[in-house]
Amino acid sequence: MKKYFNYIALPALALGLVACEPEFENEIEDGTVYTNGEANFSSYVAVGNSLTAGFADGALYITGQENSYPNIMAQQFALAGGGEFTQPLVNDNLGGLTLGGTQITNNRFVLATDENGNPGPALLTGTPTTDITNVVTGPFNNVGVPGAKSFHLVAPGYGNVAGVPTGQANPYFARFASEANATVMGDALAANPSFFSLWIGNNDILSFATSGGAGVDQTGNFDPTTYGPNDITDPNVFANVYSQEVSLLVASGAQGALVNIPDVTSIPFFTTVPSQAIPLDATTAATLNAAFAAYNTQVLPGLASFGIITADEAAARQITFAEGANFITIQDEDLTDISAIVQGPPFNLDPITAGLLSQLRQTTNDDLVPLTTAGVLGTTDQDFLNLLVSLGIPAEQAALQAINGVSRPLQDQFVLTSQEQELITTAQTQYNATIQALAQSNDLAFVDARSALQVVANGGVSFNGGVLTSDFVTGGAFSLDGVHPTPRGYAFTANAIIDAINEQYGSTIPGVDIGSYGTVTLSNDVN
Amino acid sequence: MKKVLSVIVLLLVCAVTYAGGYRVSLQGQRGLAMGHTGVAYVNSAEIAFFNPGGLVHLENKLSISVGGFGVFSDVKYQNTEFGTSSQTDSPTGTPLYLYAAYKLSEKSSVALAVYTPYGSTVEYPTDWSGSHLVNSIELSAIFIQPIFSTKLTEHVSIGGGPILAIGGVNFNRNLSRSLADTDGNRSNVEIDASGVSGYGFSVGAYAQFSDKWSFGVNYRSRIDIEVEPGDGVATFSNVPNSPLAPITNGDFDFTATLPLPAEWTVGVTYKPTDKWVLNADVNYAEWDRYNSLDLNFLNTDGSVALESINPRNYQNAWTLRLGAEYSVSDKFALRGGAYFDESPVQEGFFSPETPRNDSFGFTGGFSYNVTQKLAIDASFLYLAFREVDASYDAYTESGVEAPFAGTYRSSAFAPGLGLTYKL
Repeated sequence: MKKYFNYIALPALALGLVACEPEFENEIEDGTVYTNGEANFSSYVAVGNSLTAGFADGALYITGQENSYPNIMAQQFALAGGGEFTQPLVNDNLGGLTLGGTQITNNRFVLATDENGNPGPALLTGTPTTDITNVVTGPFNNVGVPGAKSFHLVAPGYGNVAGVPTGQANPYFARFASEANATVMGDALAANPSFFSLWIGNNDILSFATSGGAGVDQTGNFDPTTYGPNDITDPNVFANVYSQEVSLLVASGAQGALVNIPDVTSIPFFTTVPSQAIPLDATTAATLNAAFAAYNTQVLPGLASFGIITADEAAARQITFAEGANFITIQDEDLTDISAIVQGPPFNLDPITAGLLSQLRQTTNDDLVPLTTAGVLGTTDQDFLNLLVSLGIPAEQAALQAINGVSRPLQDQFVLTSQEQELITTAQTQYNATIQALAQSNDLAFVDARSALQVVANGGVSFNGGVLTSDFVTGGAFSLDGVHPTPRGYAFTANAIIDAINEQYGSTIPGVDIGSYGTVTLSNDVN
Repeated sequence: MKKVLSVIVLLLVCAVTYAGGYRVSLQGQRGLAMGHTGVAYVNSAEIAFFNPGGLVHLENKLSISVGGFGVFSDVKYQNTEFGTSSQTDSPTGTPLYLYAAYKLSEKSSVALAVYTPYGSTVEYPTDWSGSHLVNSIELSAIFIQPIFSTKLTEHVSIGGGPILAIGGVNFNRNLSRSLADTDGNRSNVEIDASGVSGYGFSVGAYAQFSDKWSFGVNYRSRIDIEVEPGDGVATFSNVPNSPLAPITNGDFDFTATLPLPAEWTVGVTYKPTDKWVLNADVNYAEWDRYNSLDLNFLNTDGSVALESINPRNYQNAWTLRLGAEYSVSDKFALRGGAYFDESPVQEGFFSPETPRNDSFGFTGGFSYNVTQKLAIDASFLYLAFREVDASYDAYTESGVEAPFAGTYRSSAFAPGLGLTYKL
């Protein structure tokens, strides 16, 4: 009897063991499918600003951080020898920061609907719980500090919580700085990078851009401690600190990737509101044209003939309206201020009208209108209205003269003029030249994020299940602040960086499926 | 005996499981051991399932077969383009059967058959890369069938009976690849229905040409398990609080139809000597009935809150089966078999919910007659799948196809134990 059992038992046992685990010929989990090439991903450290931190929707929140491009990359690096990747996670998914219990930054935007069902960004409701005095302890692999400019990374005390209220320090860095006097670079090096990415310099031009050019171009000023928050960093200052930062990172033999600075025209913050944003009916257009007739046909030609303004400027300052979409009226600080002259003969205009005309022009297609301006256009400038009324102008007539972007020209910070854009482009071009040169001279991967985002902005990038574009809300690439990517946008960014790394180091790290990453978050839990 | 049991216990350690497709051919120890053949082989009450037409040829007044299987199975998925990989961790499937046949006369018999020919349990890690198609699924259907069988002539008999099918389903998936609430929890739906009944029948014919040759044909009808409002509940969770979301959180009625396809079987049995029995069966399953899994989630007023259309486009499929039995002694019989199971899944419709490509089944088993009346039956099935690169292309987001592709490999092992009683 016994022998029969043996015959069954042995093959059955053998088959049973085979059945336990189906095996692939090339099994990802065996760690043989992907190679690290000449790179060592065992300790990856990402250094940068808000983009590196995973900032999105105007705030830093946990799921945003989880979808930061460095975290996405680290998960892919893990397929070829990559190690743990720790991030200084905030405390919640609301995103607001508090300092000693007082809220100092807004909660994140979510896509909400108004009473008519129209979708738009709104602040997520709730009391944020991330107090920057609760310092989290590193070292961290993600050393991305929202708001940081190139020179901030080597500035001691940038994470000193005592400096936050005065603007001397950064609340996001204060949250995880190893000590009051720490530098961002020092804390990055404390994580002993074998591999790093550096993406810094965006804010050196971006804050000028998002402020509508309200800051100063500091080119020629080599002392960044004298810069205001919205200024353009001198390209030599940039080159100097950037080169220091790269030297610090490569000093212990780490390899890495340097990422360049994208165009501001690639982000929906500047491409969503058209410069022809004022809808008018025929009657209103005619009324306005009549009001500006003297300015167009007498004042401007007169000033040109006196040689006070050039003929070109006179042409550029013409104000005309038509039925349909019209260009916005603005005060352009790069134009000649004519307010004093027109109060004298032969024009003899009143001070109010002279003030209106001082640096007046209409936008052109070369001007960029920031997303935040959308909320101002067509509204009434209440202060100006009150002023007119106090001067004895009937309220009804005063109201017609106080419409922002039409009868009341927008101030400089509401439009990024083509001249302001040129300042940005000039600095950006020099920053990018520095970045590329340092990547070459240090044998580091160079990531042309500028070109990658241009493709997204101009027609988009196809992926499994759609096309990624820069269109606000619907394009998928940009979050509701119009500046920072969505998780899907960050996944696209991670893929671009991985491609450059594979090319430089001969590694075969796979990109991610960007269709698996989310875009804007829906919620009507808003204030 | 102890040794065999210890082997089976050992096999239970391989607890990572899955049952491929949702037709589970495990309807008897003796049949399974012979490649799940038996439409033309009258041996035990298992014939009630394989061919009611042969039932009347059972020699004993009362014949009972009862038993069950443990299905241990496993699916692995990976996608080398993106570096994603996953593996199921499914609970053990336990198909059971009970056949009791009673001989009324030399010319007619009756029987009661209870069996579970359809079922599937697949459980992936929650939120895995294919979670927009399935996180987990558990399908089960129990068939209860009274049977009458009668001889038309000395050598030809027929039989059949109505089937009451009672089905249940539990299915969990995420609503899309990325929809989540503000905390990043993926929006999810779980549908659950049980005790849903459907009706059908099976009929068979059996012909005994000689002592050596017999022939059988069997047809089991299609049964649609139709979930009506009130039969089950669909629970949506982690849906963002927004009119822009496809639906709201909470419980909804739903409707769905899951077809259990009709199956034809023809086969022959040849007995070259007293000791040997050879079986060859062919199944043809009318899977083309399974065109699309359409779910309608209903508001309380009965209107459709959300529609989920999931194309399947199954095609009819063949299964070719061979089996042999060798009687070692009066007390002991050994069996073996093999089959080729064609997948009903067409290219471009390979969903991780039923990740079934063509497979080869290898079977074996034995019966040991403890007494004249009682026998212990044991069998096993090893189902081998090739590694396959496949995709499910019919998933869309905002009207754009978003194929879910990758490499799959499955395997399944099903040991079983049963008793045969004859009076």
